[in-house]
Amino acid sequence: MGRYLLRRTAFLLASLLLAASLLFVLLRLLPGDPANALVSVGATPEQLAAARRQLGSDLPLPQQFASWLGGLARLDLGTSFVSKLPVGSEIAARLNVTVPLTLLAFVLAVVVALPVGFLAAWRSDRWYGPLLNGVAQLGVAVPVFWIGMLLVTVFALRLRVLPAGGFPREDWAEPGRALTSLLLPVVTIALVMSASLIRYVRSATVDVLGSDFLRTARAMGESFGCAMWRHGLRNASVPVISILGIELATTFLGAVVVESVFTLPGLGTLLVEGISEHDYPVIQGVLVVSTLAVLLIGFAADVVQRLVDPRLRAHVGGGRS
Amino acid sequence: MNSKLAGVVAALALVLVACGSGQEGPAGGGATPDAAAVIEIGSLYEPQNLDNTAGGGQGVTEAFNGNVYEGLFRLTDAGKVDNLLAKEYAVSDDGLTYTFELRDGVTFHSGKALTAADVKHSIERVTADDSQSARKSNLEVIESVEAPDDGTVVVKLAHRSVSLVYNLTYVWIVNAGAKDLATAEDGTGPYTLGAWKRGSTLSLDRFPGYWGTPPANGGVVFHYFTDATALNNALLTNAVDIVTSQQSPDALEQFTGNPDYKVSEGHSTTKLLLAFNDRRAPFDKPLVRKAVSSAIDDAKLLESIWAGHGSLIGSMVPPTDPWYEDLTKVNPYDVELAKRQLAQAGYAKGLRFTLDTPSYDPHPTAAAFIKSELAKVGITVDINVITADEWYSKVYKNHDFAATLQEHVNDRDVVWYGDPGFYWGYDDEQVSEWIKDAERARTPEEQTELLKKANRRIAENAASDWLYLYPQIVVAASNLSGYPVNGLNSQFYAYGIKKS
Repeated sequence: MGRYLLRRTAFLLASLLLAASLLFVLLRLLPGDPANALVSVGATPEQLAAARRQLGSDLPLPQQFASWLGGLARLDLGTSFVSKLPVGSEIAARLNVTVPLTLLAFVLAVVVALPVGFLAAWRSDRWYGPLLNGVAQLGVAVPVFWIGMLLVTVFALRLRVLPAGGFPREDWAEPGRALTSLLLPVVTIALVMSASLIRYVRSATVDVLGSDFLRTARAMGESFGCAMWRHGLRNASVPVISILGIELATTFLGAVVVESVFTLPGLGTLLVEGISEHDYPVIQGVLVVSTLAVLLIGFAADVVQRLVDPRLRAHVGGGRS
Repeated sequence: MNSKLAGVVAALALVLVACGSGQEGPAGGGATPDAAAVIEIGSLYEPQNLDNTAGGGQGVTEAFNGNVYEGLFRLTDAGKVDNLLAKEYAVSDDGLTYTFELRDGVTFHSGKALTAADVKHSIERVTADDSQSARKSNLEVIESVEAPDDGTVVVKLAHRSVSLVYNLTYVWIVNAGAKDLATAEDGTGPYTLGAWKRGSTLSLDRFPGYWGTPPANGGVVFHYFTDATALNNALLTNAVDIVTSQQSPDALEQFTGNPDYKVSEGHSTTKLLLAFNDRRAPFDKPLVRKAVSSAIDDAKLLESIWAGHGSLIGSMVPPTDPWYEDLTKVNPYDVELAKRQLAQAGYAKGLRFTLDTPSYDPHPTAAAFIKSELAKVGITVDINVITADEWYSKVYKNHDFAATLQEHVNDRDVVWYGDPGFYWGYDDEQVSEWIKDAERARTPEEQTELLKKANRRIAENAASDWLYLYPQIVVAASNLSGYPVNGLNSQFYAYGIKKS
């Protein structure tokens, strides 16, 4: 396992470097000029040229790339072209919102999806099995912003029990207020996420329910609950874990939609602003951080899968790790 | 020792007097305003950074002009120019030397006293080579700024500039020693910057050392939104008290009939333009431009976008500019006239052009409307949707376009028709001369006369098609009073707002 972790970490760093280089190049290929964000109607061509000089976007690309990579190695993500604030602290402030949002929604979705998905498979012969499955199908089809707007209309505008959006200025200094403002966004994401998770859990459970090993375990005298606990769930969880990893990563990246519906100052809105203003340091910073997050999630999912499933350990590690 | 004591007593007395003047009588509504109440302001315009000479944009003007920074002069919400940090000023007979006397007892938020050196530094920041100020070119007439003593500033001009004092209203006076003005501030205004949480809020706290009347409230917080619906939801749920500029006409209904809110329509200076590239065929011909102008029913467009709000002006000059004139009759809506003009210009069989349309509201809606209107006179419009960034590169910088839509927010901006190098490339020697002479006029009356002539001429030549003037709608909770309703030049003075 130790060698595996080492190899996996090296792979992670190499992927990160490759991604960083790729996105640096791709960004420069986009049409547009970062100086445009700083000027307004009335600016002269000389002012535009001066803006470009100030930003350093007139320097040769290799030089820009080297200085950015150098900063990255020192964990310095640079300064925003537009706001002139350090990108690192801007991202940290946004992670304060996006990370709790994603994790809370993830936990809620898992807590809902596991029992419901299991039930939908186990009781597929009863009336509510197919019903649960049908509701989940519907949930996958509904766009996330629509659910968000619906929740705002009901709970904020009609009932007035929850805020329509925004995040407290005090951040997490008052955890109660911060949680209140995250409640509707968390429920919105969790609803959509659990809908798709339910379907995966259900199909994994259906596979296990029809498997030979479960039948054998029952034949050897184990109760259904015991057989399911010792053999069934463990087998069913392998595909579900990799799906969970992917879902978590997509939610982290896709939080922007919910963030904009609820006016949350999250990472996604920072990225969108950065893109519209050609603010290269911000775009690069956000993408490097989210790439890292996605790689780490994948890494964690792999490790958990290996812990759960000894066959993976034997196969990859040659049986000795 | 005694004199020191006397000083302390005098200072205390001053503080008491200041406190006394801060407590004003009840507002017109009868309820007592709460001087400690913090006003929550909702806005769609977040500053890009905090420096108006480094690309801070419309947002920083809204939050900081008059609130955190002050100029030598102030443009009031009614459009009048008042003395602010300049106590008085004198102009030499030839109009080339302005001598400003500064107000005494003004301190920056950092505690330093205001001196003439700070004013010199502040003006030179705007005219500097690397300045990104949109108004830089207006101040290029300044040849030198001198500070002969701490209380006097002498500005020498290359030629007469009748708008100099007006132009100084948006030159922030900053502490010459202040650093990092893109992320921090050091002004003389009634508020200091509390905290700016980018993407979310910007708060202003009362400045206890303010030289003038203290604010009528305990501070303000600007809440920034990217979506007009979310902004209106915040107002409906009392998360904000006031919306600086309502941009969602559909949402107005829920406030107009509701006693909890007040809706006020003031004067705006934002014009929606169908700007032609006057350099290139077919729009190098005034007749073609006039035909297009006459083929579009501006009243119907305004009605469909703003449902009865806003107004038609028929030219570049809004009613708040002194040289305004109703020119809507110059190119009236008349489809038959448009067809005749097209035939006369040699386009009897119609023509085709690409309309570069910024991707954000209301441009795509307006573009679709224009396309259907022009189809009726045989003109085919290809709508090309572009981002704001592309617009600056393609249209503004490279002049690579046939026609475009754009909102022009500033007042007194008819002068761009005097610059043939501007993006629309309107080249008319007579107009350029009038506009140049207007700036060098001896009196405001003379200036007004010349700019009226220029404005009439560009309308007659349909230099652009001025579709309509935006409404400026402020929606506020009904317990609020004392807020600006016009918001000229994107300003939003917050110090007078009272909450009861």
